[in-house]
Amino acid sequence: MSIGASRQSLGEWLQSEQPASRRQARLGQAWRTWRLFTGNRLGMIGLAIVLLLVLVAIFADVIAPYDPLLGGDLRTMRLLPPSMDHLMGTDDLARDIFSRVVHGARLTLMVVALVAIIATPIGLLVGTVSGYFGGWVDTVLMRVTDIFLAFPRLILALAFVAALGPGIENAIIAIAITSWPPYARLARAETLTIRNAEHIDAIRLQGASSGRIIWGHVVPLCLSSVIIRVTLDMAGIILTAAGLGFLGLGAQPPQPEWGAMIAGGRRFIIDYWWVATMPGIAIFTVSLGFNLLGDGLRDVLDPKAGK
Amino acid sequence: MAFIDIEDLEVTFEGSGRQVRALKGVSLAVGEEESFGIVGESGSGKSTVLRALCGLAPVTGGRISIAGEPVQAPRDAVFYRRVQMVFQDPYASLHPRHTVDRVLSEPLAIHGFDHAEDRVEQALEDVGLGSGFRFRYPHQLSGGQRQRVAIARALILEPKVILLDEPTSALDASIQAEVLNLLDRLRAERGLTYVLVSHDLAVVSHMCDRLVVMQGGEVVEQLTREALQAHATTEDYTRNLLTASEGFTRDPALQR
Repeated sequence: MSIGASRQSLGEWLQSEQPASRRQARLGQAWRTWRLFTGNRLGMIGLAIVLLLVLVAIFADVIAPYDPLLGGDLRTMRLLPPSMDHLMGTDDLARDIFSRVVHGARLTLMVVALVAIIATPIGLLVGTVSGYFGGWVDTVLMRVTDIFLAFPRLILALAFVAALGPGIENAIIAIAITSWPPYARLARAETLTIRNAEHIDAIRLQGASSGRIIWGHVVPLCLSSVIIRVTLDMAGIILTAAGLGFLGLGAQPPQPEWGAMIAGGRRFIIDYWWVATMPGIAIFTVSLGFNLLGDGLRDVLDPKAGK
Repeated sequence: MAFIDIEDLEVTFEGSGRQVRALKGVSLAVGEEESFGIVGESGSGKSTVLRALCGLAPVTGGRISIAGEPVQAPRDAVFYRRVQMVFQDPYASLHPRHTVDRVLSEPLAIHGFDHAEDRVEQALEDVGLGSGFRFRYPHQLSGGQRQRVAIARALILEPKVILLDEPTSALDASIQAEVLNLLDRLRAERGLTYVLVSHDLAVVSHMCDRLVVMQGGEVVEQLTREALQAHATTEDYTRNLLTASEGFTRDPALQR
């Protein structure tokens, strides 16, 4: 078998109908999903935008031509229009807007990643436990979810800022706390359809504990729809973070946060349009990228989307 | 004393203020290494007997004992090692994201069996699937192959009793015969006790030594295979059921 396998090309190995190991089966499955995804052009555009965001965030120091925090000569370099020297112009403190937008990618990516890392597991856990056990567990967990759902994001962020001081970290916590309830509801709804399936009965008859069933059998089936939902919510998270920055509750000056940059450019938007527009374009592009990626993922991962 | 003893079993489903009495005092006795059939129309409670036996349906009355020991309310690990079940729909009874390997390894991990690798290979061999099937996903298998995996899963804990809930009704006729023959062979080799539920009298008369006919949550009549084949019934309901099944042409492969 190993001699035969070494002669095969990688593609044949991945697409084998008779995988010889766990790893090959898993990689083959991933390969099929990837092939399905590459067929979706808009999804690929979304993926490209998101990858670009990641790369820009990683290499911000190399890409940005100027310091994002320190401006140039305040007498001669304030509010310059876009040119070859300053691709997106300069702002009222003579800082290069392109450098600030590039460094802002780091903050945006941090917000998105941290919110996803905090909110997704909480939502999954609450939703699957609540859906699987039902009864009073379900009632208690879902009422808690309702309470969190009733918090307005910005008001909660205000409360956090008042309690812990302004800053992007507190904005992230506020966004995460208010964004897990929809994932919990989604996971619960999925769990309710799964929990009476025969394959769950079957593993129960093998003597599996509830924890094993939820983690090994229910969560993998809920995960894809939750991932899709999280990806589609990324745009909303970016906009909320930008909104908090705009209100002065998120990232504090001189941090190059896109929402705060728009707020800074608002005062002279009529005469110097580029100051507010450039970070706006960045927010728009990244939000669109996440939306396209989410739609593409739904087409591939969601079995109910049909084929 | 019979191997599986069910006395006055009652099951009541409750939901949204309504009560449904699915079983109204069912008594059965199944001998060791016997193949026992339960037939009846849809909604007669025949599947509920199996589900109550293995703890998936809410038992509200009566007693169940296996090998002389009364069955505990939350079933324990010993019970699951002794009694396993094969479900009706092989498309629904295998987890869509788990490979055959995972399906067969998990029960071994739960019960702490040793030599898991060998046991998985052996189980696949026993149900007539080679090791080439081991790392496939259910969507890469046909209905008959899936049902073989489900049978392998039931057998891998080396149980004494297998509950078969219409194991062939989701398969087409030629595959049905294959799976029934496989089940027959496994019973002969391992001395298993079968409780088979089916609406198909041909399947039951092929597989089972004795059978009961159920209607509306109650046992109507108890028959031997010979009595069934000779149409020696005493109840009108059974006679009607027999006449209804005559209307269909049977697969010759199922005839003895």
